Amino acid sequence: MAFFLETLLGGLMSGMLYSLVALGFVLIFKASGVFNFAQGAMVLFAALAMARFSEWIPGWMGMENLFVANLLAFTVAVAIMFVVAWLIERLALRYLVNQEGATLLMATLGIAYVLDGIGQTIFGSDIYKIDVGMPKEPVMMLESVFDGGILINKEDFIAALIAALLVISLSIFFQKTATGRALRAVADDHQAAQSIGIPLDRIWVIVWCVAGITALVAGIIWGSKLGVQFSLSTIALRALPVVILGGLTSVPGAIIGGLIIGVGEKLSEVYLGPYVGGGIEIWFAYMLALVFLLFRPQGLFGEKIIDRV
Amino acid sequence: MKLRKLAVAASLAAIGLSAVLTTPAYAAEEQFFPVLAYRTGAYAPNGTPWANGFVDYLKLTNARGGVNGVKMIWEECETGYATDRGVECYERLKGKHGGATAVQPLSTGITFALTEKAPVDKIPVITAGYGRSESQNGAVFGWNFPLVGTYWMGADVLVQHIGKKEGGLDKLKGKKIALVYHDSPYGKEPIALLQERAKMHGFEVQLLPVAHPGVEQKATWLQVRQSKPDYVFLWGWGVMNSTSIKEAQATGYPRDKMYGVWWSGAEPDVKDVGDGAKGYNALAMQHGAEPNSKVVKEILEKLHAKGQGTGPKEEVGQVLYMRGLISSMLQVEAVRAAQGRFGKGKRITGEQMRWGLENLNLDQKALDGMGLAGVMRPVQTSCLDHMGSAWARVHTWDGKKWNFTSDWYQGDEKVLRPMVMLASAKYAEEKKIKPRTPEDCKK
Repeated sequence: MAFFLETLLGGLMSGMLYSLVALGFVLIFKASGVFNFAQGAMVLFAALAMARFSEWIPGWMGMENLFVANLLAFTVAVAIMFVVAWLIERLALRYLVNQEGATLLMATLGIAYVLDGIGQTIFGSDIYKIDVGMPKEPVMMLESVFDGGILINKEDFIAALIAALLVISLSIFFQKTATGRALRAVADDHQAAQSIGIPLDRIWVIVWCVAGITALVAGIIWGSKLGVQFSLSTIALRALPVVILGGLTSVPGAIIGGLIIGVGEKLSEVYLGPYVGGGIEIWFAYMLALVFLLFRPQGLFGEKIIDRV
Repeated sequence: MKLRKLAVAASLAAIGLSAVLTTPAYAAEEQFFPVLAYRTGAYAPNGTPWANGFVDYLKLTNARGGVNGVKMIWEECETGYATDRGVECYERLKGKHGGATAVQPLSTGITFALTEKAPVDKIPVITAGYGRSESQNGAVFGWNFPLVGTYWMGADVLVQHIGKKEGGLDKLKGKKIALVYHDSPYGKEPIALLQERAKMHGFEVQLLPVAHPGVEQKATWLQVRQSKPDYVFLWGWGVMNSTSIKEAQATGYPRDKMYGVWWSGAEPDVKDVGDGAKGYNALAMQHGAEPNSKVVKEILEKLHAKGQGTGPKEEVGQVLYMRGLISSMLQVEAVRAAQGRFGKGKRITGEQMRWGLENLNLDQKALDGMGLAGVMRPVQTSCLDHMGSAWARVHTWDGKKWNFTSDWYQGDEKVLRPMVMLASAKYAEEKKIKPRTPEDCKK
């Protein structure tokens, strides 16, 4: 029982981190109708900026305070993600207003390659460290209830809390602010939104900035866990089943979807894996998402799309 | 119009200039080596230092005057550690500059794909420390050269080492060894040897595959925590290695009970983990980090001091840099051996290179002369033994650097040879290959 609980909790915490990346997809789709294939590349780019500047800044300024160095690096990384968002709008999206969804998807695919390449060219392709003081050693809980207790990874636990906080903040932003409502209006219909005076270019910059910051937070958390290197961009692939399952337009869907995928893949790997040779968690997540799609094509919380002919 | 002509001229000049910068100009007495490398993608942190060491040794050879005056030339192609791109690189480069002398894919997957192409193209495939373990048998695998180490040999040494720690191989009875491996042809290679040794000594092997690229291992390490193996062998590459060590830390598995293969025991695997990797062990494929070796000092002096080195000079002498350097050295020495038979100062063909690789004899004096004293042991290959040396040792990360922590071990021929012969005979039967005889070897 203790082991089952450990696996379950591990899955929930991993799932929360997947939700964080999935949020990036949801934000941009919700606000602009674009399925942003570049989300993984944005996570890598943001994490690289954070890691390298937290390494360079102490050298340039001759200081040793880790907190200040991280704070400055975070500020610079946010600024860089703003510039990236502005450039994406200026150089790519501006010319694709009212185009088919597939066209916008292909554009983001191109953006992903550009960001991957430029990121590694500017910041390097080695493994870099983000040290934000996350605890690495595990803690044991409920030792009086279970023999040997339940192992909790402190780093995952804190990361899950941060992710949860970010998700709540974004939900409030979307539901309760004027800008949030404008973003949703743009997602529904570009032309209609423009006709009532919502400035499309500014809205797109805002949403890509928000997605950039989400990518930065995800990059810092994943980078602190895994080290910052190219594989971070593949984290997006882990979040794809989450958005399929949760629905592309729903922030709560990203959270619930993340938790289901996280728990599903860990339990499947531990309990089914040994019977089929192991290494199944990646494809199992996709299979789980596909099974859900059979019953709810729009995902768990996605909006039903009805086209009238 | 003028502007267009100017643009065309500038483009042509740029193409010409880039060709000059990447490859020395082709001349009659030059020996061409394709460099299949990966400096981008998920495995770049490990592929880059290997490629830097590989190329630096070719440059050093030229700085030393070439091989009897014959200069080394090379061209790099990015494989991204992907088999399809590796094969594409091979096809693109194999005929360039008069033909490739040999190819080193730095990927077991690409090696599997090239194994059937090499005999047709007559280009030796050198896989120093990787590839198919049964390709040690030169009678069947006439064009494969797993020089200095195979995965069966490496796994055998690890079993010997933990047997010694336990007080004898018989003490392994009832123990459990978990193999956490990259779910690819590379990661699966040691399974056969471990299962063979498990039958001999009565220990249990738990197999835990990790999907590419290996960034998600929580479930794997929860299983390790549940089954509590006495030892964990790690057969990873790239980010999978550091992730494994971090997950071991997060689940409280002692790092000093972990043993990586030689591709899981370099600086990129541990430096990001820092103190969390303290006590983690890995095989050293003869060499470890060798910053004080003569060859490294010579490279720093003749190349990096003049701005001609490859990559950052701080990484010269690190583990994977040395692996690339030694891989490069072995091919250069094979060229030298082949020239000894087919004509000194002449360019050799792929077939002649094979002869050179089958007649490598690097004794201690030769190694000392190359600045490799203390770095590796002598290597002697033959037509039937394409490995040439079966020695390895263990090194341990102390939080800052790798230190050797064991004596030398030799892979046990009594275990390895029958496995190699059986597997290669099966391969020969499948592919309808007539094994070479000692008479064939003289040709």
